[in-house]
Amino acid sequence: MSDHVRDQGYAKKRKGVLGCSASLLILIAPLFFVALMCSPTAQAAPLTGIRAFPAFARKYGLPCSACHEAWPKLNAFGQTFKDNGYQLGNDRDAPIWQQPTYWPVAFRITPSWHRESVDRNQVDDLNNPANSLEQKTTTHGFDLSGLDILTGGTLANNISFLLVPSADNTGAFHFESAWVRFDNLLHSSYLNIKVGKFELDNLLSEKRILTLSDQGGLYQLYHFVPVGDSNIFGLGDNQLGAELMGHSKNDRTRYSAALLSSNDGNVSVPNGHGYDAFLTASQAFQAGGLGLQRVGAFVYLGRSPTYYLTQGGGSTQLDGLGQKSFYRAGFIGMWYLKKFDVTTLFMHGGENAFLGTGIAANDPNGLPAGARSPQWNGALIESHYTVNPQFILINRYEFIRMSQQALPVDSTNIFIPGVSVPSSDFGNLDSLTFGYRYYPFMHSRAGFAFHNEYAIVRQRKVAPVTGLDVTSSSLFLGFDFIY
Amino acid sequence: MKTNFYKLLFAIAFLAGFVNLPGAGAQEAQVGKLTGHPDQGKQLYRRYCIGCHGPRGDGAGENAPYIDPKPRNFTQATFKCRSTPTGTLPLDSDLYNSIGRGFDNSNMPSWAPLTDQDRINLVAFIKTFSPRWKNDKAGAPITIPNETPVTVPSIQHGHDLFQKLECWKCHGPEGRGDGPSASTLTDSNDQPIRPYNFAEGSRFKCGATNQDIYRIFMTGVDGTPMPSFADVIQPNDAWDLVHFLRTLQVNREGPERALLKSSGTKLQPIQPSSGGGR
Repeated sequence: MSDHVRDQGYAKKRKGVLGCSASLLILIAPLFFVALMCSPTAQAAPLTGIRAFPAFARKYGLPCSACHEAWPKLNAFGQTFKDNGYQLGNDRDAPIWQQPTYWPVAFRITPSWHRESVDRNQVDDLNNPANSLEQKTTTHGFDLSGLDILTGGTLANNISFLLVPSADNTGAFHFESAWVRFDNLLHSSYLNIKVGKFELDNLLSEKRILTLSDQGGLYQLYHFVPVGDSNIFGLGDNQLGAELMGHSKNDRTRYSAALLSSNDGNVSVPNGHGYDAFLTASQAFQAGGLGLQRVGAFVYLGRSPTYYLTQGGGSTQLDGLGQKSFYRAGFIGMWYLKKFDVTTLFMHGGENAFLGTGIAANDPNGLPAGARSPQWNGALIESHYTVNPQFILINRYEFIRMSQQALPVDSTNIFIPGVSVPSSDFGNLDSLTFGYRYYPFMHSRAGFAFHNEYAIVRQRKVAPVTGLDVTSSSLFLGFDFIY
Repeated sequence: MKTNFYKLLFAIAFLAGFVNLPGAGAQEAQVGKLTGHPDQGKQLYRRYCIGCHGPRGDGAGENAPYIDPKPRNFTQATFKCRSTPTGTLPLDSDLYNSIGRGFDNSNMPSWAPLTDQDRINLVAFIKTFSPRWKNDKAGAPITIPNETPVTVPSIQHGHDLFQKLECWKCHGPEGRGDGPSASTLTDSNDQPIRPYNFAEGSRFKCGATNQDIYRIFMTGVDGTPMPSFADVIQPNDAWDLVHFLRTLQVNREGPERALLKSSGTKLQPIQPSSGGGR
């Protein structure tokens, strides 16, 4: 959950320094996947060796695998539990049932070794620091992730909460989540209201992502904006607002409608005013013995400022002005074939031309000639093979294609901000991530996973000097634990 | 060439996904058109149930010491919620419904979010813990006659039966689970057990309908002190008792309580010292 991945100090937004020579890895990834699937170790876990307990085990006495396909990814039962406001509905949900010493808190952090490589990184010229060069950079070493402190549960029957103070790996804290939820209003599971800072009701939750590396630890689709765009919005970022959410008793039918402050979850209303809306709905159905399949759709309608009213010589932002619109819309399918599951997600994004070009709406020169609203399409295919509750294999491929550039194409130049882009595929992105998580033990007070992952990302023609593709890669070995 | 190579990779991955899956075993559990397979149920049991019910199904999971009431011991093949006579094995559908319904006032949640196939697979695996399932057959399900009308005389007769059959000794004069015998009750494993508190709950362990209450009278709750009344009371009497018990559910607005209120009828308090009468 929470900002665990991005608090590692790795890339948050991907605007231009990404790339890929991924064909070889695309080739070997399935082989890696198949080899691990067939390995004796992967299938051996004996029945008596399982000691799985959930984060809420102290309250409910259920194995953690009951709610998690593989921690932290939820399964259908866990999603229902979450949608019920962290309640099982068996008359034991209120805190009054707990021992007075019970405190629903957990800490998560990931010591790791990782290697990061960028083939065309922008660096200062050692001989002339005012000048920039392109150079391959490779760094590696032992490191820490950010820290999540997770507290959640019920304040009373049908009043639930989540509070997640979260720190980056330097120890700087912020509130990743802080909300209270009123559940089952009018005795209906279709009426639940949540207020505070929370993750959007994304079926593919980035806060429960199974990959942790710099390049693979986020969904590119959720954070992509065109190169040169001034919008900071990310669909995977927790937002501030109010959400009306509902679901059928067995959670097969779900919907969510949220009214959000247009600040991308940042506190103190930095953008001054403006509200966004997020709508999503999904329906699950059984497909014989294959499992529970789910299909859904979502749309986000937002606004973002293009300049600010300031005071103190620009040191303080009073209000975000020149607000322009943007949107994200997509479809998602979650398909189960017994132990094998695939999530497919298609998303279309678009922004106002002022946001896309990074030009203030009050710029006296207005938009440059040929400027248009940038638009793009993207897709994600993420597959898992859950060998058993203690071992999961992960593979994800994402691609994003610009369908309309914000600036006119000038193939004789590299990207010139506010003027032109070098080609129609400028900024297109491919990302491949694969890895596994092995949980050697589980019990009621702690979780632990040995995590191994490789991720590679290529972005077209965004090298800062040569205008060539940029390829970035991560190799990550971590010890992910929660207590 | 490249396309063929990808096809080959896909085929290998697809097949590799299936070589790990158990083949269709013998039919071990059946509910309607659903057939449960114990080998697939075993994997689900490991995921969902093992923490409480334990790897051997004996109710000695790691969480068991902290749970009250204790998890079911499947090796005894004794189940509370059945549609079959006392002492007999339940139907597969009884276990299937129990998994989907969960048990109020216990740590057993509703597993309705699981697919139907998953639940019947779990039933099939649970049946592997006791040899009784190989040696015995499930009992014949009891017949539940049509419910009699809810009337004041029916409720009053149920009140009298509650007194006469000494239900109050465990469940208490007001159905609050505080009868004089309540503190002494144990289940078949010598674990303390509390009688049902009608005043607190709005649902019953084995279902929420009047038919479910009727069924409990006639089948008993095996493994607990709650006996079967199948040989003691007639069906009409059982329905009268159902109607009276509904009036004890002070947190539930039902036709029984509404009828008492609208008719101005006040039932006399149960007299613990007397054997029967109004």
